[in-house]
Amino acid sequence: MTQPGKLQLDPATVRQARSLAEKVGKPIVELAQQHTTVAVERATLRLAGLEGADADGIPWVNRLLDCVRADLGLEHGVALPVWDALVRGEADDLPTLAQKASAGSVRFRLPEGKEATRAKAASRKQVAAGVRRIDVRRAERDKLIKKHGDAPRKPWIYLIVATGDIYEDIPQAQQAAREGADIIAVIRSTGQSLLDYVPEGATREGFAGTYATQENFRLMRAALDESSKELGRYVRLTNYASGLCMPEIAALAGMERLDMMLNDSMYGILFRDINPIRTFVDQRLSRQIHARAGIIINTGEDNYLTTADAVEAAHTVTTSQLLNEYFAKEAGLEDWQLGLGHAFEIDPAVPDSFRLELAHAMLARDLFPDAPLKWMPPTRHMTGDVFRGYLLDGFFNLVGALTGQGILLVGMMTEAVVTPWLSDRDLALQNVRYVMDSAGKLHEDFRPEPDGFIANRARQVLGESIDLLDRIVDHENGLLDAIADGTFGLMKRPANAGRGLDGVAKKSETYYNPASEILEVES
Amino acid sequence: MSEEQNHIIRPYGDTTGDGMVQLSFTLPMPHSKVAEGAAAQLANKMGMDPALVVHAKPMGPDFTFFVVYGRVNHLVDTSKVEVVERDYPLLSPKEANLAIRKGLRRRLTVVGACIGTDAHTVGIDAIMNIKGFAGEKGLEYYRELKVVNLGAQVSVPQLVERARQEKADAVLVSQVVTQRDAHILNTREMSAAFRESYPAAKRPLLIVGGPRFDETMSEELGVDRVFSRGTTPGEVASFLVHRLVEKRAS
Repeated sequence: MTQPGKLQLDPATVRQARSLAEKVGKPIVELAQQHTTVAVERATLRLAGLEGADADGIPWVNRLLDCVRADLGLEHGVALPVWDALVRGEADDLPTLAQKASAGSVRFRLPEGKEATRAKAASRKQVAAGVRRIDVRRAERDKLIKKHGDAPRKPWIYLIVATGDIYEDIPQAQQAAREGADIIAVIRSTGQSLLDYVPEGATREGFAGTYATQENFRLMRAALDESSKELGRYVRLTNYASGLCMPEIAALAGMERLDMMLNDSMYGILFRDINPIRTFVDQRLSRQIHARAGIIINTGEDNYLTTADAVEAAHTVTTSQLLNEYFAKEAGLEDWQLGLGHAFEIDPAVPDSFRLELAHAMLARDLFPDAPLKWMPPTRHMTGDVFRGYLLDGFFNLVGALTGQGILLVGMMTEAVVTPWLSDRDLALQNVRYVMDSAGKLHEDFRPEPDGFIANRARQVLGESIDLLDRIVDHENGLLDAIADGTFGLMKRPANAGRGLDGVAKKSETYYNPASEILEVES
Repeated sequence: MSEEQNHIIRPYGDTTGDGMVQLSFTLPMPHSKVAEGAAAQLANKMGMDPALVVHAKPMGPDFTFFVVYGRVNHLVDTSKVEVVERDYPLLSPKEANLAIRKGLRRRLTVVGACIGTDAHTVGIDAIMNIKGFAGEKGLEYYRELKVVNLGAQVSVPQLVERARQEKADAVLVSQVVTQRDAHILNTREMSAAFRESYPAAKRPLLIVGGPRFDETMSEELGVDRVFSRGTTPGEVASFLVHRLVEKRAS
C-alpha cells in the first residue's frame, strides 16, 4: 500500500474538485432517474431469467420487449404489462410468453389497482431471484479466493486475449494465466458496443475480438476456475459493459461471476456516438448491478489520451476520473471497486516526459488513495521499433511501481506491429517482474520535492481540471451542453442525437421496475 | 569501386561487408542442448553461417526463445528491388487536414452507410468512428472532415437524399454480408442511383468497402474505389484527399 498524500495536495482544493464533480453529476443522475431505456427493460427481463433467442438469433428479451412496446410504449416499463399477462395466465412462464407474444397471440395492457399490485409483486419476486443468483455468485468468488488464494502481489497483472473464437481464447487465456496473468480480459468484437442486443451462445467468429455473450462468459469463467485451481490463485476475468447494452451485459456478468468490467461514464457518448441520455440511464443501472455483484469497474480515461495530446489533455483525464467516481459511488460502488483509468501516452520526445507521466500518475494516486487505479501502457508512441518500445514499457512499469497502481495492463513491445506472440508476452512479463522486483518498493524512499517539478505539475493539472468542471457547471444544461459543444476533446455529441436515442423514454407516472427498486441504494 | 558493386550490398554490423544480422524466434520444444542446436540449424538454413546462439530461454515447459547473431552469405542487389507504389500518398491526419484546408478551403463532407439489409456496421464504424481501427483513429478524428454516419439498413434512396442534403463530397458504403452476392448487387444499385440523380460532374466520389470485395472491381461496380479487408481509416482519408483535393487543385 502506498501512503496517500505524497504530493501534499491542498485538502480544500481536493474537496472543491469533488464537490464540483457532484454538482456536475447530480442533474445527470436525476435525468437518469426520470428515464428508462430498452436496455434497462431488457436487463430486467434477463434478471428475471429470460434467456435464449429465436430461430433468427434475436434474443427473446428483445422480442418480448418489442411486443410490449408496440402495444403500450416504453414509458411504463416492461414489468407491469409482462407480469400482468403472466398473472392473467396468458402463459406459464417468460419464455412461453415471449414466444406467444412474438406470434401475435398476446395483447398487453397496463394493469391498475389490485391487478397492478399483483403484477408488481410477481415481477419483484422473479427479479429478486436473479439478484439472488448474483449474490450467490459473489459469495462463490469470495469462497474461491479464500480457497485458492488471491493474486500474490499488486499491481495485478492484466493480459488480453482476442482471437474471435471462444474455443481458441480459452487455451490462450489459460496459458496467459500460467505465465503470470492475474486478470484475463477477453477483447470484444469490434462494433459490439453498437449492437442493440446481446448475441447468444458460444461464438467462433468475431472482428478483432470475441463477442460478449452469456455462454462465452460462462465458458471462460469455468476455464479460469480450472486455472485458478491449477495455479493456486484466483484468476480474474474481465469483459466490457460499455455500449448500447450496458445494463444487460452487467446482469450477465453478475450472473456468470465475471470479476471486472469496463464501464465508463462517457466513453460510449464520446467515442461511439451513443446518445448521452441513453448512456447515462443505462450506465446507472449497470453500475448498480456491478456494485451488487462485487465487480470492479475499469473506466476508460486512457481513450482521451489516445485521441488528444497527453500533456494538454491531462486534466480531462482527472476530470473524467472525478465524474466516474461520483457516478460510481452514487450507484453504490465502493472505493475498492473503482479501477479508474489512466495511461502512459506522452510523446517520449517531449522533454521531461517521464517526470510528467509520474506527476499525472501520482496525482491520480493521491486523489483516489483507496481506488485500485488501472494503469494503461503506451500505444500511440509505439512505432514498431521493438527495442525502443521495450524501454518505454520499462519506464511505464516504473511509474506503475512508484505510484502503487492496482491493475497493470502489460505493455507489449510489438504494440502496433502484430498481435502479441508467445515470446512478446514472455518478454513483457519479464520486464514487469524486473521492475517490480528491483524497484517495487522504491515508493517508500521517494518523495517528490514539495515545490518541485512533479508536485507543481500535479497541482497545475488538478487546477485545470477544476477550471474545466467550473466551465461545465456554467453551461445552461451543465454536462449535457458541455458534451454537446465539444468540451471533451474533438467530439460534439448533442443530447438529442446519437445512436440508441429511439430506445429512450421518459418514465410515466405508473412506471415500475423491480430491478431498480431492489438495487437502489438507500441514501 | 565500379557502378555495379555500388548496388551490391551486405548487412553491416561493425565492419563493411561483415554481413552480420540478428534474429529472434521461438521453437516449440523444451530448452536443451538439442534445442540450441536446432536453433543454430534454422539460422544456418536461413543463410547465417557461422550462427551464434547468444541467448536461449525456456518459456514454460514446451517452448524456448532464442536470440541468434551471425553472418549471412546473401548479397542484396538494390538495382533489382521491385516495389509496388500506392497510387496515392499516405497522409497523417495532420497532413490530410492541412491539405483539405489549403486545397478546399472548407470541410470535406463524407456520408457513410451500410445499405440493403446488411446490419453489420463493423466496417463503416471502424473507418468512420473516432475510435477507429488498427491503432488509427477514424475519419471523425479529422477536423477537416464532416462525417455523417447513417448506420445500418439504409435504403439507396435514403442514402442519395441524405448525400444531397449534406452536399456530400464522398459517399462511403460498407457491405459485409455477401449471401447471394448481395454486396455486388447492392453496390450496383447504389452507383446507378447516384448516376441517375446527379450530373456526372457533380456526383460525389463513391467508395465501397467490405471484406469480400475485389479491389480491381471498381469499374464493374460503377464506383470510384473499392477497399477490401484490412483497410485503415488513414488509407481512406488519404484517398479522399488525393481524389477530391489534389486532383481538383492540379
